Amino acid sequence: MSIIADATTAVLRSRFAAALATPHGVDRYLELVNPMWAANEVRARIVDITREVDVPGHPPVATITLQPTSTWRGHRAGQHVQLGVEVDGARRTTRVFTVSSPESKPGDRFTITMRANPDGVVSRYLVERATVGTMVHLSQAQGEFVLPDHVPDHIVFITGGSGITPAMSMLRSLQRRTHRGRITFLHYAQSPEHQIFAAELEEIRRSGYGIDVHLVYPEQGGRNFSALELERIVPGYRDIDTWLCGPAGLVDAVRPAFEGSDKLHVEYFKPPAVSNGSAEGDVTFARAGTPDVVAANTGATLLEQAEAAGLTPQFGCRMGICFSCTATKKEGTVRNVLTGETSSLPDEDIRICVSSPEGDCSVEL
Amino acid sequence: MTSVIQPSIERPPAKTKTDQVLSSKYTLTAEQLDAFGDEMDAIRQRVVADLGEKDAAYIRKVVKYQRGFEVAGRVMFYLPPLWPVAVASLSVSKILDNMEIGHNVMHGQYDWMGDPALNSRMFDWDTMAPAENWKYGHNYMHHTYTNIVGKDRDVGYGILRMDEEQEWRPYYLGNPVYAFLLMTFFEWGVMLHDLEADEVLAGRRHLWKGENGPILRRIRKKVGKQVLKDYVVFPLLTGPFFLSTLAGNAVANLVRNIWTFNIIFCGHFPAGVATFTIEETENESRGGWYYRQLLGSANITGSKLMHVMSGNLSHQIEHHLFPDIPARRYPELSVEVQEICQRYGLQYNTGPLYKQLGSVAAKIFRLALPDRKKAPEPTGVTETPLAA
Repeated sequence: MSIIADATTAVLRSRFAAALATPHGVDRYLELVNPMWAANEVRARIVDITREVDVPGHPPVATITLQPTSTWRGHRAGQHVQLGVEVDGARRTTRVFTVSSPESKPGDRFTITMRANPDGVVSRYLVERATVGTMVHLSQAQGEFVLPDHVPDHIVFITGGSGITPAMSMLRSLQRRTHRGRITFLHYAQSPEHQIFAAELEEIRRSGYGIDVHLVYPEQGGRNFSALELERIVPGYRDIDTWLCGPAGLVDAVRPAFEGSDKLHVEYFKPPAVSNGSAEGDVTFARAGTPDVVAANTGATLLEQAEAAGLTPQFGCRMGICFSCTATKKEGTVRNVLTGETSSLPDEDIRICVSSPEGDCSVEL
Repeated sequence: MTSVIQPSIERPPAKTKTDQVLSSKYTLTAEQLDAFGDEMDAIRQRVVADLGEKDAAYIRKVVKYQRGFEVAGRVMFYLPPLWPVAVASLSVSKILDNMEIGHNVMHGQYDWMGDPALNSRMFDWDTMAPAENWKYGHNYMHHTYTNIVGKDRDVGYGILRMDEEQEWRPYYLGNPVYAFLLMTFFEWGVMLHDLEADEVLAGRRHLWKGENGPILRRIRKKVGKQVLKDYVVFPLLTGPFFLSTLAGNAVANLVRNIWTFNIIFCGHFPAGVATFTIEETENESRGGWYYRQLLGSANITGSKLMHVMSGNLSHQIEHHLFPDIPARRYPELSVEVQEICQRYGLQYNTGPLYKQLGSVAAKIFRLALPDRKKAPEPTGVTETPLAA
């Protein structure tokens, strides 16, 4: 950044600018002039959309290149970002996506790669409908599933499905850092047609120095990553730093093989909870600074269940009009007791006085 | 998140069936009341399902205009001959910010958009009252217990006598003076309202401890920022025009005070608006709640500009029936609501601004004096006679 840009940013973030823009904040004015201007928030413009995998009859996969605002602080390989889109210009929906490009510096472009989940509002919008020029809302990069600054001589990646993206970011970063150590890259996909980054991985396999790429396709007789199989591919794997990322099935299958070794770093890709239409299940009330409270779902409204569990969430009218009780539902399905509508979106603001959970549900009070 | 809002008062049930004994203020039978409630519920459900791009585009457009007027107003203070235009521009900005944007956003009317900038939990407005304090007194106390004398603190705001049910005391001889002062310093009045001074004087509440502790802390923080902005930093920025900018900002705040006071007083105080007692509304059903909102509110007729500048509180009735539905929908809803009122034989209190204001002023003066004779039980559907 130039000196002028640095100075401008410093002024815009100053207490002086905040005093002038109170109570709305500097960004509420800047965004009206140019959506790429920001003092604190992070936004990005989509500058490229590339289809990675497009198998007829299966959800496509795309890589989206984002030009963030200068407020983007960069990311470490393996981190993810919350990305919000306004579908049809109205409802902003936010989901988490892993950055697939190598580590970035402040203001740098980066990419995210995702499959268009048939039930996913955001991933489908990004892959199938978004166009170059579309603005999206971002958080800063988050997550502890990252490559250390000092990389051990031998490291292993074990990934499944879309879980390949953080490992890909790490692999690309290592290549850019001209890492000289050994890398074992094990990936588990449905079939070669579904393989994300196939060409790049093939290129790495052929020319990569010290990188073993193992792509496994169980449908074609590829073996699961059992302890025996891991030992065959990576002898003594329990003592080697390993990054494991993928769906719960893969993680649950691989984790025991490490017998609690602290060399294993894990990140889950959680499947969305599905409503079974019943009141059974567990309701989890989370609150910063206190342990979570878990209670069996009684089918009553979340406010009543929270109170029954001895909690005192804030509330007002208790009839859905005053919004005093608005809380964030982290995951699960809730039914609006006034309208009967159900909703399964994660990280959704709900009025707990008129929302009753269906099945498992987690709410941040 | 801390649990600041923690009312100890009993809770209104969201029950759908009327089973309590209805006082003479209710001109509908229990069955009719339930059917009336169902019709209102049906309207709300239909509109909620239809919310989308147009509503989002509308509020964003209003925000754009408001920011435009604000910036233009602030800049024009550098050109002294344009002082009146600058003041007008800033006044419009503050009115839009407080009414069509602030009041409505903080009602949660746009929460469904998922935009933090238009979310009821995040938004704060360009006035002294901190959003969080105001939301408790307004969204909860006023909108839940609308016009229940003794519960709705907006009946007279603990300062004025605005209903016969409030017992006359010599203090109320000053009713018109208090009203005038409240109008002039309205943003300060709204801010102080949440401290519940009347409760403090009655010895039921500590001025700065207990519930008032966090309320006062928020007030200190917000007032500091507002004063710094309008009366220190922006005037200083205009250098030699310090005093003229300072005066301009003060006048803009005053214009907003007078306008919002007048609009708001037309919402519940014109003649014919019904009030209710705590006993009458005990164990109230949803239909009963809608009934009370309808008869406890009054509209103002006028142009589209009038509706926007009043934050659509010119449709106070629709706002009270559907407080969390985007206000731009109220004009179209009013047609339906009036048709329903006609079918059930219910009063729909509306009139031009001058008429509603005249009626409010008359009430302020009339209620300053003790009641000439024991007022007859107001029926809620017939206009109470104007005595002044």
